Amino acid sequence: MMTDETSPSDFKNIRTADYSHIKGWGIDADTKNDPTYPIKRRTDQEQAGYTWERPEQQTTDLEILKSVERPNLTAVFGSAAPPSGLSGIMRRAAYKYSESSYGRWLPLLMADRVDMVEGVIDDLSKGHVPNVFAERGWTAELKYNRKNFMLKVAAGVAITAAIATLVVYNKKKKKVQSL
Amino acid sequence: MLAMNYRGPFRVRADRNSPDPEIEHPNDAIVRVLRSCICGSDLHLYHGLVPDTRVGTTFGHEFIGEVVEIGSSVQNLKVGDKVMVPFNIACGKCAFCRQELYGNCHESNPEATAVGGIFGYSHTAGGYHGGQAEYVRVPYADVGPTVIPDWMDPDDAVLLTDVVPTGYQAAEMAGIQTGDTVVVFGAGPIGIMAAKCSWLFGAGRVILIDQLDYRLEFAEKYAQCEVYNFNFIGDPVVFVKTMTDSLGADVCIDAVGCEAAGNTANTIMGRKMLLQGGSTTALHWAINSVKKGGIVSIVGVYGPTDALVPIGNVVNKGITIRANQASVKRLLPRLIEHVKNGILNPKEIITHRIPLEEVAEGYHIFSAKLDNCIKPVLIPPAAKF
Repeated sequence: MMTDETSPSDFKNIRTADYSHIKGWGIDADTKNDPTYPIKRRTDQEQAGYTWERPEQQTTDLEILKSVERPNLTAVFGSAAPPSGLSGIMRRAAYKYSESSYGRWLPLLMADRVDMVEGVIDDLSKGHVPNVFAERGWTAELKYNRKNFMLKVAAGVAITAAIATLVVYNKKKKKVQSL
Repeated sequence: MLAMNYRGPFRVRADRNSPDPEIEHPNDAIVRVLRSCICGSDLHLYHGLVPDTRVGTTFGHEFIGEVVEIGSSVQNLKVGDKVMVPFNIACGKCAFCRQELYGNCHESNPEATAVGGIFGYSHTAGGYHGGQAEYVRVPYADVGPTVIPDWMDPDDAVLLTDVVPTGYQAAEMAGIQTGDTVVVFGAGPIGIMAAKCSWLFGAGRVILIDQLDYRLEFAEKYAQCEVYNFNFIGDPVVFVKTMTDSLGADVCIDAVGCEAAGNTANTIMGRKMLLQGGSTTALHWAINSVKKGGIVSIVGVYGPTDALVPIGNVVNKGITIRANQASVKRLLPRLIEHVKNGILNPKEIITHRIPLEEVAEGYHIFSAKLDNCIKPVLIPPAAKF
């Protein structure tokens, strides 16, 4: 087992690194780089409040969820995948909580998992059977990690077969007992 | 059009029936994508770690392309321009954009105030489709997109939309002074770039720590730094202390974020049970490895929920923590100059060029670290530069 024991002789700082061959060494060194980004260009404009001249407002008929920590929609926003279905109901509920609340983030993670199931149902309803093998990129696994992949498949088959055998055996046993 | 389509954790597909993007705001542009990367932070989405990642959305925040349509108020771009598009969506007018905090724009993400809009990065970052597609809508076209110089290789250009600025800003925020010892946690593309850029600020010693030997071997040559595999050095914090006369590094950079390995409890809490905003192992090591009064610079991405960090040590050691999403637009002029002068050579980190049609394989290769993958780039079928 590895320990964190040290002896005094372990402590050293070998400052013999040769960086003369590094192109551009020190080219951006700035002894006055303090305070540095992100407060270097501090303007305090925000002290005047939410008063800047806003860009033109994007309009939409889609439902866009909004953080409770701001009064309005931002001037532009994404319009991908508006909330829908059960996951949409969960998302609407989650957005009633602030960004500092588990009440917001954990339900959103749960909604994402529900959304995944809804996605499969949606695919099937459109006559599309998801090719999970391809969607998970397993062709790459076959190409670059074939041995591991085959082992995983073999293990999966073995476990499934064992469970199936057990179920069948238990059913037969119950039948015999009931006779 | 053809676009990447997220179907749930570890499941994506190339969908030929995705709707074409449309102009939705007078300052929008439609860009035909020429190159699009899969970012390490896309894997957080792919692994289902980022809340409000909706099925049916297209990822991709690192892309370049050709402008094919502009909105009525766009003045700085014209159809036919080839542009690199910063991953941040920024209005250029709000109080934060005026401070060049382009990653913190207040007019691009209605869903959350803590982060500005980001292309293809869940509804927590604004609900925009991303650039892993043939076409993409680019809001605030007068602000973010930058015309690619004629001399620039498109593979360099696409890495200037995130990887290079983020790595550079990690070193910049660390306030590196000449001769400083810098420890970078994480040898992904961002960590490698942060290590390389640390030299530009005059670092005296740059140490990179990860657990993937093939990445460390690449980083040793590319970033010309010392590299160590944390599986073979005992406690990384003790290791850093022994290398720094027991004082600690002047600067530590967390370039890993929420999927850090190296601590079982953190992995279970942050990556499996999702009870905190990711595994904070790298940040933990950074805080404990830095010297008293030192600086920890964070560019690793974490989720919005709470996360366990040794905040007591931050107080007791008087550590300054600086962190932000990269302000790409702010840094582009300087970084273009560095690429032109051969100081930075971004495209060398690209290991895989993958047709967009094979996006699912691309994600799996990157996620499972197959075929010594460091940086995959997706190329749409009709992309000719």
